[in-house]
Amino acid sequence: MIDPRSFLIAMPEIEVAFAGLFLLVVAAVCGKRETQRIGILAIATFMLAIVTMFSGKRLGLMFDGLLPAYAFGNQFVDDGFARFAKAIVLGASGLSILLSWDYFKKEGQERPEYPVLILFATLGMMLMISAGNLLALYVGIELQSLSLYVLAAFNRDQERSSEAGLKYFILGALSSGIMLYGISLIYGFAGTTDFESLMSSLRGAAPAPRGVVVGMVFVCAGLAFKLAGVPFHMWAPDVFEGAPTPVTAFFASAPKIAALALFTRFLLYPMYSLMNDWRQVIVFISVASMAWGAFAGLMQSNLKRLLAYSAIANAGTLLIGLIIGNSAGIQALLIYFVIYALGTLGAFGVILCLRRNGKPVEELIDLSGLSKKYPLVALAMAVLVFSLAGLPPLAGFFGKYFIFLAAVQAELVPLAIIGVLTSVVAAFYYIRIVKVMYFDEPLHTLDPLPDWGVRTVVGLTSVAVVILAFAPSPLVDSALNAAKGFII
Amino acid sequence: MNSLPILSITTFFPLLGALLVFLFVKNGEKGAQRAAVLALLASLATLASSFYMLFRFDPANTGFQLMEQVVWIPSFSIAYIKGIDGISVWFVMMATILTPLCILSAMGSVKKRVKEFMIALLLLETMMIGTFTTLDFVLFYVFFEGVLLPMFLIIGVWGGEKRTYAAYKFFLYTLLGSVLMLIAIIAMILHFGTTDMTAMMGGKFPREMALLLWLAFFASFAVKTPMWPFHTWLPFAHVEAPTAGSVILAGVLLKMGGYGFIRVSIQMMPEESHFFAPYVIALSLIGIVATSFIALAQTDMKKLIAYSSVAHMGYVTLGLFCFNAQGFDGAMMVMLSHAFVAGALFLCVGVVYDRLHTREIARFGGMATNMPRYAAAFMVFALAAIGLPGTSGFVGEFLSLQGAFIANSWFAFIAALGIVLSAAYMLWLYRRLFFGALEKKDVRAMKDLSLRESAMVAPLLVLVLWIGLYPSTFRNVYAPTLDRTLTLVLAQMSSEQTEGQAEDQTEDQSGEEEND
Repeated sequence: MIDPRSFLIAMPEIEVAFAGLFLLVVAAVCGKRETQRIGILAIATFMLAIVTMFSGKRLGLMFDGLLPAYAFGNQFVDDGFARFAKAIVLGASGLSILLSWDYFKKEGQERPEYPVLILFATLGMMLMISAGNLLALYVGIELQSLSLYVLAAFNRDQERSSEAGLKYFILGALSSGIMLYGISLIYGFAGTTDFESLMSSLRGAAPAPRGVVVGMVFVCAGLAFKLAGVPFHMWAPDVFEGAPTPVTAFFASAPKIAALALFTRFLLYPMYSLMNDWRQVIVFISVASMAWGAFAGLMQSNLKRLLAYSAIANAGTLLIGLIIGNSAGIQALLIYFVIYALGTLGAFGVILCLRRNGKPVEELIDLSGLSKKYPLVALAMAVLVFSLAGLPPLAGFFGKYFIFLAAVQAELVPLAIIGVLTSVVAAFYYIRIVKVMYFDEPLHTLDPLPDWGVRTVVGLTSVAVVILAFAPSPLVDSALNAAKGFII
Repeated sequence: MNSLPILSITTFFPLLGALLVFLFVKNGEKGAQRAAVLALLASLATLASSFYMLFRFDPANTGFQLMEQVVWIPSFSIAYIKGIDGISVWFVMMATILTPLCILSAMGSVKKRVKEFMIALLLLETMMIGTFTTLDFVLFYVFFEGVLLPMFLIIGVWGGEKRTYAAYKFFLYTLLGSVLMLIAIIAMILHFGTTDMTAMMGGKFPREMALLLWLAFFASFAVKTPMWPFHTWLPFAHVEAPTAGSVILAGVLLKMGGYGFIRVSIQMMPEESHFFAPYVIALSLIGIVATSFIALAQTDMKKLIAYSSVAHMGYVTLGLFCFNAQGFDGAMMVMLSHAFVAGALFLCVGVVYDRLHTREIARFGGMATNMPRYAAAFMVFALAAIGLPGTSGFVGEFLSLQGAFIANSWFAFIAALGIVLSAAYMLWLYRRLFFGALEKKDVRAMKDLSLRESAMVAPLLVLVLWIGLYPSTFRNVYAPTLDRTLTLVLAQMSSEQTEGQAEDQTEDQSGEEEND
């Protein structure tokens, strides 16, 4: 018998799920005409979910933010950390819908499935973030991934888009298989898939069963794939380049955050006592991602590929927060999530502003002279990439600062030094974007700017990045509270 | 505390000006003029505010004054702390005096995107003043690094032919130096449990940690100062930057390195500074001589002045790391003088560059005939750069040399070579530019200083002579603080030494007793 409270705890997810099903039917009935309206409804759903999440306590639906609440026999965990991460994921998903209208209309690919798929992907991510069981983890990931495979191939008439979808699918399926194998190993050796019992049984058993360790490494590999951490990053540049730009914006933001939140949950909760075993794996992935993301990005001429490498490098930096493995690290991670998501979504918004003769262009040189043609867009892009590069006085600096602060505090100084040095290398390609926009003369004319959706996203994110630099306190404090709620 | 937050006003007034220009000025010809006027007004208001700050400043008080403190990120105890002491007050003045002059110079020489240029310049001013007035370590870093973005754009957008390369080199070089400082700052914050810089002065660290920290800070400040051999970004940045950019770069940005050496390396880690002093002095001496020789070989005016800047900053580090009163005094004086002299020289180069669009020394000649006022002004600045008595350059270099002499007479001997060489390259430059036959047609056609150009050179002329003839006006402001800093540093060093000796004594007491 399911405790009725479980439904209350999972209320935001239930809302998103029902909205998804409902909008799917609406989409089937109304067809193409109502794409924008369905998108607005999807965004409203995300807002509703956020409101439910944070007002739940007041309405008596949910429990105190500091204590974790369990639902459906521990399958589902709700705590401050999960809510914070979910809020970012929901926000990022909403913004990716805003980004999509203009692009798909101009490409003649306007289809109502887009917001519906985003809804389901987001539902998957919310389940990932709240997973309290290896099976819930797997179900969440698969729901997310299947939606993402379809989204990558959304421009189905385009070769590149289909190729991206196929590539992502094959590699993604492989990684899911590896992860599932890892899960089965853990189950076989520990006798349970529940996070809570895994934690207590692993804490008691020293040393941990070899099979559990191997299984854990397999799961890590699968999660690192979702996160596009080196050496599991191969798909990212190709998929980022091939997928339609609004989809790429979505890929670079929400799923990364969900994957990392799940990574954090998995490693710091059931696998906490194996820290010495997983730390070396994650350190390797982190350092390799930072270095490869920084150096390989230098060679890119395609903006979407460039941002793919930027995402890889940022994933490496984010993993430092995970390696730290205490609440300071989690807090830094959550702050970085927000700032990274803002920077990435905004930067893709700017790419969506670039069209020539009705065709989207996405090469670095297409930005040339943007500061003359659209000074405000160029300014927004400059602010966003400087923030991504982590340069003061923009918000990105505080993201990096808190990560490195926590790292030095945890005596991970070498990691912090590698982090700052690679960030200098990466700064090279970020400032190259600024260079092209401001120093070079315009090569071609650009089409008029897209509709209000894209402009809103670009404006919102760039202003947020500046405001957060002056008043980071609310973000820092709420991340602190969220991190306190995480069970360690 | 209750009175006017004058430091915040001074810091953020340029930012406000930049915002006004951004919001209310349209692009186009008319907008360009309006932007420049608005920016000039904003920078003059900042200047006025900084004079009020100078007026309120009490030189006899050696602690931090005009303090402002607001909690900013409470959960990480990062506060917004502002305050000045005798050391920082002149650095603020350098920034506020030079910025209006830069705007004046830009009014004539910057032709494209004037509005954006003014915004960048005002942003830069906020960052510079912020660096010198902030006493919170995180914010200090934010301002220190924040300088890079506007400067990168100034060099890259309005610079010369190889501006892209120069801007990249400037940006990446300085960033690489600074990120290590970030880690060091974090380590210090964690060690002391506060971000308040005043609390760290006179604090103690474990020895090994302190040596690493010192090196990390050194990486940043040595690049910024710049010290030989970390100076290679500077000639490019100077040469390619527009006139206003070069002036700010030479006048204020380089001083950030010197300020950092005093504020962080010497005040917070005196013992380690003393430990590394021989190496720093060696680099300074090599730098003085080597860059002077390099300056001698330049055919580009700006490059020549850029290398002479490196040499002059060598006197700063030389004076500082000799750890005596004269050396400290000299370092401050050289920085003060160099800010105005190098700024003025770059402005002067800008004057002829605007007319002929070349910086090749060989393209000029005989300008004393047709531009007498320009020639006279240039001469004063050139002589000040050499360090002729009566100009600002003399006071600082003399004191710095004296400090070096007290430390070791050979130091002074080598450093004095730099003065001889500076006379050689500066006078030779002057001869090639102003004497000789006035043969070239376009050179002959040049007009003397316009009213605007006179207005931007005149204040510096006054300052250079004032410092040279009556340095006490300037010295009295910083001397008490600097003296006290030195006393504290020496006291801390000697207490460390006696502690060390005490340990030695306990280790082999018998030997000590025999000696007694």
